[in-house]
Amino acid sequence: MVNVDTAQAQGAAERGRIMSNLGRVLRYTLVRGLTLLATVVVAVYLTILIANGGGYVDQMRISQVREQVITQMGADPMMAQLTVQQRKELEEERIRVRIEQLGLDRPFMVRSFEYLWNGLTLNLGSAEYLLSDSGSREVRNILGERLPSTLLLMATSQLLLFFSALFVALFLSRRYGSFLDKLIIALAPNSAAPGWFYGIFLILIFAAVLGWLPFGGMIDAPPPQNPWLRALSIAKHMVLPVLAMFISSIFSSIYTWRTFFLIYSSEDYVEMAKAKGLSDRQIERRYVLRPTLPTIVTSFSLMLITLWVGAIVLETVFAWPGIGRLTQQAINLFDTPVIVANTVIYAYLLALTLFLLDIIYALVDPRVKLGGGGNRS
Amino acid sequence: MKNALRQIKSYPSAVAGLAIILLLVALAIFAVIKIPYQEAVALWRGGDNVWLETPRNARPAWFNWFYKEKQPVTIVRRTTDETAEKMVADLGGGVKMIDTILEFDYHYDGFPQELAIFLQATYQAARPNVNFVWVTPDGREIALNELQVRQSESYRISQDSRLERRLGGVKPEIALFQDPKNPGKVLKGTYQLRAEGLVFEEGSTVDASLVVYGKLHGLAGTDHRRRDLMVALLWGAPVALSFGLLAAVGSSLTTMILAAASVWFGGWVDWVIRRINEIVMILPLLPILIMVGLFYSRSIWVILGVVIALGIFGSGILSYRAMFLQVKESGYIEAARAYGASNGRIIFRYLVPRILPVLIPGFVIQVPSYVFLEATLSVLGLGDPLLPTWGKLLSDAQSNGALMNGYFYWVLEPAALLMLAGLGFVMLGYALDRIFNPRLREL
Repeated sequence: MVNVDTAQAQGAAERGRIMSNLGRVLRYTLVRGLTLLATVVVAVYLTILIANGGGYVDQMRISQVREQVITQMGADPMMAQLTVQQRKELEEERIRVRIEQLGLDRPFMVRSFEYLWNGLTLNLGSAEYLLSDSGSREVRNILGERLPSTLLLMATSQLLLFFSALFVALFLSRRYGSFLDKLIIALAPNSAAPGWFYGIFLILIFAAVLGWLPFGGMIDAPPPQNPWLRALSIAKHMVLPVLAMFISSIFSSIYTWRTFFLIYSSEDYVEMAKAKGLSDRQIERRYVLRPTLPTIVTSFSLMLITLWVGAIVLETVFAWPGIGRLTQQAINLFDTPVIVANTVIYAYLLALTLFLLDIIYALVDPRVKLGGGGNRS
Repeated sequence: MKNALRQIKSYPSAVAGLAIILLLVALAIFAVIKIPYQEAVALWRGGDNVWLETPRNARPAWFNWFYKEKQPVTIVRRTTDETAEKMVADLGGGVKMIDTILEFDYHYDGFPQELAIFLQATYQAARPNVNFVWVTPDGREIALNELQVRQSESYRISQDSRLERRLGGVKPEIALFQDPKNPGKVLKGTYQLRAEGLVFEEGSTVDASLVVYGKLHGLAGTDHRRRDLMVALLWGAPVALSFGLLAAVGSSLTTMILAAASVWFGGWVDWVIRRINEIVMILPLLPILIMVGLFYSRSIWVILGVVIALGIFGSGILSYRAMFLQVKESGYIEAARAYGASNGRIIFRYLVPRILPVLIPGFVIQVPSYVFLEATLSVLGLGDPLLPTWGKLLSDAQSNGALMNGYFYWVLEPAALLMLAGLGFVMLGYALDRIFNPRLREL
């Protein structure tokens, strides 16, 4: 009987601990979620303020409306019959109506909050100037049209980069101090130069001098009808930009991962495993990769988000019709809705990923203290 | 510090990096002294008359060393030169005939890029009249054109379509130089341009200068607007160095001080700094910089300020924070607190200096990324509107299809300098990292 009682008491204590743990996880999740949401709101609002030049874009748009109306009326033969006075009045009237239609009569501060609300509720609205290739003004359609090409380019290069860096780093961490290891360390600083910089060199060598690969763009013009030839053409156009991104970060990411793995392979339990006579493979899988898994997952998920942003300059240099180039076009045209939509989606993706990672950490990694805040950031 | 210097000597890469940096600093100082700021800006803006006598898209002159067929460099002959042969005949009543012979040797294998004559005249009412005759080395005389000269006039022989028709539809710059027996080849020898001038008033003058544009120019070549790339290559050095250094020092020092304050004061200060950090991490840096460039100012100093302001936050502040959290617990900080040191004193005298060994290599390594950031902005067309920089050269080259047209020098020169700058700082930085953080040496 006594045994049963203690077992029950133990069970209750266990349950209690789980409950309180769960409670802490929930509270932590809630607090974390709210802070991240607030962060997103502030970041998006800042973007709106900056993208509108603090109301400067409004002024520009008003003068544009004025100009449009005046040219329109100048082209209208009916206007010639009116007196100067009448024409002036009509002009003012039309400008006023147009400005009201566009909502430009309300103060910018009021409208900035409207932008914020629309942005946060992913009501992306329509672009001011940009059109999608199919002629749509909807920001949703414009982004949707560019997304596949950016995803194709970025996913290919980033996945290639991520996994090859990981495997080479694992390989090097076993052979550290070898010639190859030293070579990679020596080459690591090359990542100071951005991808587009290497892109220019690659274009010079492979497009201008050798003529093997195209200068830029995504597909031959006119596009081939046969789907296989199409794919081949796109692949041909992708080689250089992917290579440029690859070169610009492969060595430094191998270096980072290698150092990281080295730190973990000098732990005592790894030495112990070695002493037990386990094979390199087993040591790697059980004692090196397992504790580093959270970090690998984090960096993988952060890498996934960067796919969305695209690469502004690289896409410009290679004339790749992706999100990055769209961003640049939108910025040059002062197309606020597109810029804001892009930032909002990025902010959401980032915040969501951070949030999920936090929760996964809290659940999986026993070393992460919950709710304590303080030392964690 | 002396110790550090001695240690640097034992790292060949650090010595090489330092040498490169010193070279660039020397180049920067030379540039600023040789071409003062105002002059550099004026040259790069290039009004009408600044780059009149340089060829378009000319390769650097040292290309001739590598090719058997020698390409011409620009030849300029003026009637005001001492060497110009001048014959003046007074015809009475203020009317004077001034014949000038402009003579030059042409021993290149390539044809010139263009031919032009620039004229200046002074007169009251009657414009001077000039007739040009081209004399080839084998003695043929080809009449070019007759001009009534205004105060300042340019006669672009290469664009004279009537002359082209008269020469059998061959471009004048080729027809005037080719060997009639061997079309397509240059007839080498001494060429003459005879300018037969007539002035109709007392005191009226007319001067001409003949420009035979070459296909090569100077040490660096020229761009599509005839500007000598050397100006931008030289001036790129001080701009890149000061932008890179200021941005790196500014942002890493501020980051460190903020991290120290965040740790030291804790509480709400810490909370605010961490929240701001999270917000800034969500903001996309490049689009923000582009928007600032479009709306407010493209001045390099404004952009620099924004770069520093945004560069303060990021993952750096978090890792410094972690370091300070450790330092905060050490005994000497407690001792400082015990004797009543002020917050400022603790932060600036005890916390920050402790982390400096980590900071110094870090900011040296950061310099290249800021140098490239300036180039990146320029490539997007947001470079400083006045200053010539390496990034702007790349941007011009990019937008004018330099690679497609085979003007490789236009891309390679600024790219090489950018790379050199990056290499110098990175080599030094990585070596410093090993010197200041001995633990890294084992890995």
